[in-house]
Amino acid sequence: MMPPKIKIIAILICIFLLSYVFELVRRKHLTEEYSLGWLVTGAAMLILSIFEDLLKWISDLVGATLFTSTLFFFGLMFLMVICLHFSIRISALTNQVRRLTQHVAILDTEKENLRKAISDTSFEETTARRGKL
Amino acid sequence: MKTETLEPEESITSGDNPGSSREEKSSMPPVRDVLIIMPAFNEELNIGSVLKDIHKEVPEIPILVINDGSGDRTAEIAAENGAKVITLPYNSGYGVALQTGFVYAHQRKIPIVIQMDSDGQHDAKYLKALLEEVRKPDTDVVIGSRFLGSCEYKAGLLKRAGMLFFGSIASLIVGRKVTDPTSGFQAAKGKAIEFAASDFYPPDYPDADFIILLHRHGFKVKEIPVAMRPNAQNKTMHRGHKTLYYVFKMGLSIVVTLLRKKPESQ
Repeated sequence: MMPPKIKIIAILICIFLLSYVFELVRRKHLTEEYSLGWLVTGAAMLILSIFEDLLKWISDLVGATLFTSTLFFFGLMFLMVICLHFSIRISALTNQVRRLTQHVAILDTEKENLRKAISDTSFEETTARRGKL
Repeated sequence: MKTETLEPEESITSGDNPGSSREEKSSMPPVRDVLIIMPAFNEELNIGSVLKDIHKEVPEIPILVINDGSGDRTAEIAAENGAKVITLPYNSGYGVALQTGFVYAHQRKIPIVIQMDSDGQHDAKYLKALLEEVRKPDTDVVIGSRFLGSCEYKAGLLKRAGMLFFGSIASLIVGRKVTDPTSGFQAAKGKAIEFAASDFYPPDYPDADFIILLHRHGFKVKEIPVAMRPNAQNKTMHRGHKTLYYVFKMGLSIVVTLLRKKPESQ
C-alpha cells in the first residue's frame, strides 16, 4: 500500500505539470512538438499514481521493492528520452544556423557589391547627362 | 540554393566533370578559374603581408578572405590589399568560415579553389605547385603536407602524436599516404568543391575524417610537400583543441564515417 501522503503529493505534482504544460502551449511559449514528451510523461505518472494496482503490477514486473522507485524510474526514463530529443534538435538547429550564417554573410557581401555598382553607374549616368547639357 | 552566376561561359560546365575537360597545360590560367579562400580571425598583424606575398607570387588569382567575426581591422586590411572580403556576422569557427568560401565558390561555379591560412604559416611559393597538381586529371583534392617536406613543424607532442595516429589510420583506409590531414593549405576541384560546400563537411574543422569521407565518395586525394614559413611557427592556429576531446571526436567520427553505407562513387 502506498502511503496516502506520497500518493496525494504525486497526483498533485502530475496535475500541476500537465496543466502548466497546457498553459504554456496555449500561450505559445511551448510548441506542440515539444509538449508531447511532457504531456506523455505527466499523464503516465498521473495514471500510475492514481491506479495503485497498475503500479504494483509494474513494480512486480520490473522487480522493484518500492512503488516510489518504479515511479521515479519511469520518470527518469522519460526525462532521458526528452533530453535526447533535445540534443537531436539542437544538432539540427546548429547545422541550420551554420548554413544561415554562411548564406547571410555571402548575400550581404553581394548586396554591398551591387549597391556600389548601382551607385557607381548612376553617378556615371548623371555626369554623362550633365556633359550632354 | 543555386544562384545564377555572374560569370557566364565555360565555368558552367567545368564543375561537373573533374578531369576530362580541363587539362590545358602550361599556359597562364584564366583568372576566374581559380579562387584562393582564406579564413581569418583577428589576423590584422599578419594578413596584410600574407596577401601581399600571394599577390607577388600569383597576381592573376583573386583572393577571398572570410572574416570570421574579427574584432580588429582584419577586414579593412584585407580589402586594402585587394582581397574580396566576406564577413560572418559573428565568430563561427575555422570550419564554418572555410566552408563559407566553398559555398561561395560553388555558387559561382568556380572550378578550382585553394584554401590557405591567414596567419602566414603557408608559403605562397607553393601555390603554383598546388595548382599544377590539382589540375591533373586524376586528382580532386591536393593537400600541402608540412610533414612530407623538409621543414620541421612544431606542435605539442601529444597533438602531433594524435595527428600522426589518425593520419596513419586515414592512410590505411585511403590506401595512400596521408601525413598531414589537418593542413590548411589545400586545393580542391570541381565536384570536391560541391562536396565541401555540402552538409558532409565537418562543422568544426576538417581533419582525417573528412579525407576518409572524400575517399569513400570517390574523390582522389593527393599530398604534396610544402614547407612552413619559419617565422610563423609560434602560433598554434585556431585549432587549439583539447587533446582528449580531439582524440574522442576524431575516433568517433572515423568509426561513424566507416559505418555509413558506402555511397556509389561518382
